[in-house]
Amino acid sequence: MGSAEKSPLNPAAQAPAIHAEQLCRHYRMGETLIRAVDGVNLKVRSGEFVALLGSSGSGKSSVLNLIAGLDRPTSGSVIVQQQNLAQLSREDLAKYRLHTVGMVFQSFNLIPSMTLAENVELPMRFAEVERGKRDSLAREALARVGLQARMNHRPSELSGGEQQRAALARALINRPQLLLADEPTGNLDSHTGTEIMDMVREFNQQLGMTVVMVTHERALAERYAERLIFLADGKLVGDEPNAAAAAAIEADNVQQGVRR
Amino acid sequence: MKLPDLTELAMRNLRESVLRNSLTTIGISVGVASLVAMLSLGIGLQQLASRRLMKSGLFDTVVVTSRRDLRNFNREEERNGPAPAESKILEESTRIEIEHLPNVLEANPDIRFITELRYEDKPHLTTVAALPASAKSNDAFESVQGHFFSSDTAPEAILQKTFAEELLGRTPKPGLDETNVADLAAPLLGKELIMRYAQREAGQKPSASTHENPLAPGNDSLAAAAYSVISREQKLKIVGVADLDPESMRGPTRGRVFVPLGLAETLHVMQPTDLREISRAAGDQPVYSSVSVRVKNPAQIRATEDAIKKMGFNTFSILDATRSLQQFFAVLDLFLGIFGSLALAVASIGIVNTLVMAILERRREIGIMKAIGASDVDVKKLFFAEAGAMGILGGIVGVVLGWAIGQVINLGTNVYLKRQSLPPEHFWAVPWWLVGSAILFAFLVSLGAGLYPAGRAARLDPVQALRYE
Repeated sequence: MGSAEKSPLNPAAQAPAIHAEQLCRHYRMGETLIRAVDGVNLKVRSGEFVALLGSSGSGKSSVLNLIAGLDRPTSGSVIVQQQNLAQLSREDLAKYRLHTVGMVFQSFNLIPSMTLAENVELPMRFAEVERGKRDSLAREALARVGLQARMNHRPSELSGGEQQRAALARALINRPQLLLADEPTGNLDSHTGTEIMDMVREFNQQLGMTVVMVTHERALAERYAERLIFLADGKLVGDEPNAAAAAAIEADNVQQGVRR
Repeated sequence: MKLPDLTELAMRNLRESVLRNSLTTIGISVGVASLVAMLSLGIGLQQLASRRLMKSGLFDTVVVTSRRDLRNFNREEERNGPAPAESKILEESTRIEIEHLPNVLEANPDIRFITELRYEDKPHLTTVAALPASAKSNDAFESVQGHFFSSDTAPEAILQKTFAEELLGRTPKPGLDETNVADLAAPLLGKELIMRYAQREAGQKPSASTHENPLAPGNDSLAAAAYSVISREQKLKIVGVADLDPESMRGPTRGRVFVPLGLAETLHVMQPTDLREISRAAGDQPVYSSVSVRVKNPAQIRATEDAIKKMGFNTFSILDATRSLQQFFAVLDLFLGIFGSLALAVASIGIVNTLVMAILERRREIGIMKAIGASDVDVKKLFFAEAGAMGILGGIVGVVLGWAIGQVINLGTNVYLKRQSLPPEHFWAVPWWLVGSAILFAFLVSLGAGLYPAGRAARLDPVQALRYE
């Protein structure tokens, strides 16, 4: 039902958006071998909103970094939008990050020396978007997250919530199919966190983006994610649909349908 | 990433830590300045030397002599060429032939003779030399008191300073300052000299008096070569007094009294060579002991010399002297350049240091850029752009600084020269090619210095870079 509605927006709806098989990421720390990710099998449908849950050190962030193309698996494969990230060159992996993935982080990771507009514009510089178009696109993206008045401010002049909204605008500027969020509300109070999460859900619903969110707050995950995946010691220990959130989304859709 | 974006981001990053980057850039500037200062000193001195030498007429002149002339400069050639007795003589037709060679500006006979000059009824025996009109631009006559010959055939004379002293009965006092040329010239200019000389007159035509010729009855060529010597007088007006050294190497200026070449030619003064050429001189065509050939460009001297040698004459030029001079300056420039570059080398270490610091400082920023899609190449280019921008800025400032240092030193030296009552000199030259290549060099050195930091920044692992706050 949910996926059927989103399919027109995503032609690759039938194939999984993310498909990880026997995904491993091991590294050495002195003498000891750390198995950050240890044989994870995972399929995420296109347009799905998934939460990766686990305590710290469970490997959830490592999985996210592998999906984001920031890190490479030691073994196994991770296929996103028909691209096997393990086989991409460094250059192609950068292109993948640029065009296919948008990322938000717990610490926002805006560049402090740049204004919001410049921060949002930065991915377009790497994508070599025409100079003339960039300004209006950045403006549009900031307006979407309600920051049009703050365009020319530097991140340090803004609240955490505003910074995270700007980070969301930046994540979406190159129109990626995948939104990866690493503890997006970790540095925010619960009210602001809700605000951000509402926005993420909105992108998931309206733009048909596949969302993978890492969090250790089960309540937050239950409220927004359609599916909860549990990790412990680098292994997948649980994968359950979240009926409550699915219902909430359904309700939202109905509401929006009424509004329209 | 495109170049405008790259430049913009690089400039932004440079402004972010403005103090550190300015200091680094100043380091480059000082390096470039020292390089520019050193090289422009070398170039300036070289230009000064060659300017002086060019003006002296030494380096664009080939002296041509007949192989019969025993006073040859180059003994080697004599052994290879035809025997002196069989080789050609240097006569007017040859001079014209030489003058028509490519790149030859003019070919003037060297006329020089010793004769008696009367001034206020007192005889003075001295050397008279003929000067071509082109000698006017020779620096030896630059500071002539009075003026140069009004025309090439004017009955005028320019006196060498010591001869002027002799005429006035003055003797230079030892230990004192040299006599002022203007003081010498004042009483002499416009006065008249009477030159008594021996004129060579061609013998009678063979057709007229062959059988009467006692030298060689029946031999036409010998008869034609006969000539008589007649004593003549020529009035000369003193128009100038030149301050030049009679002992100097300058070919045409070896004399104490100078007359225009055109005039000297019409006088047919008896020359030392005339005696030896008796058997060969054809008719009334003048024969010269040597001809000075001026070429358009010193670079063409060798070719011109070869062409004249092919005609069967001996040549001499001071080209070899210029060669070693050029070599000297090349070595000098090299050494000055190496010393100048040392500062730039130190400055390039500054660039490496600054950029490595920047990587540490901007570790997170690089991680963010990679996370949002910057490729290794983008990051590398960005660091190169920063290094390059510092290089270009440092280069421009350095060139200006180097130029300013040069000006100051030039000014200071000229003040000193003036105190020593010497004419000011411009021995500092910053040619455009030096400006361009200094900036380019600074740019390339900076890029070279950026090589390691840029590579290191590009290889930075984004996961690591983003891990810590």
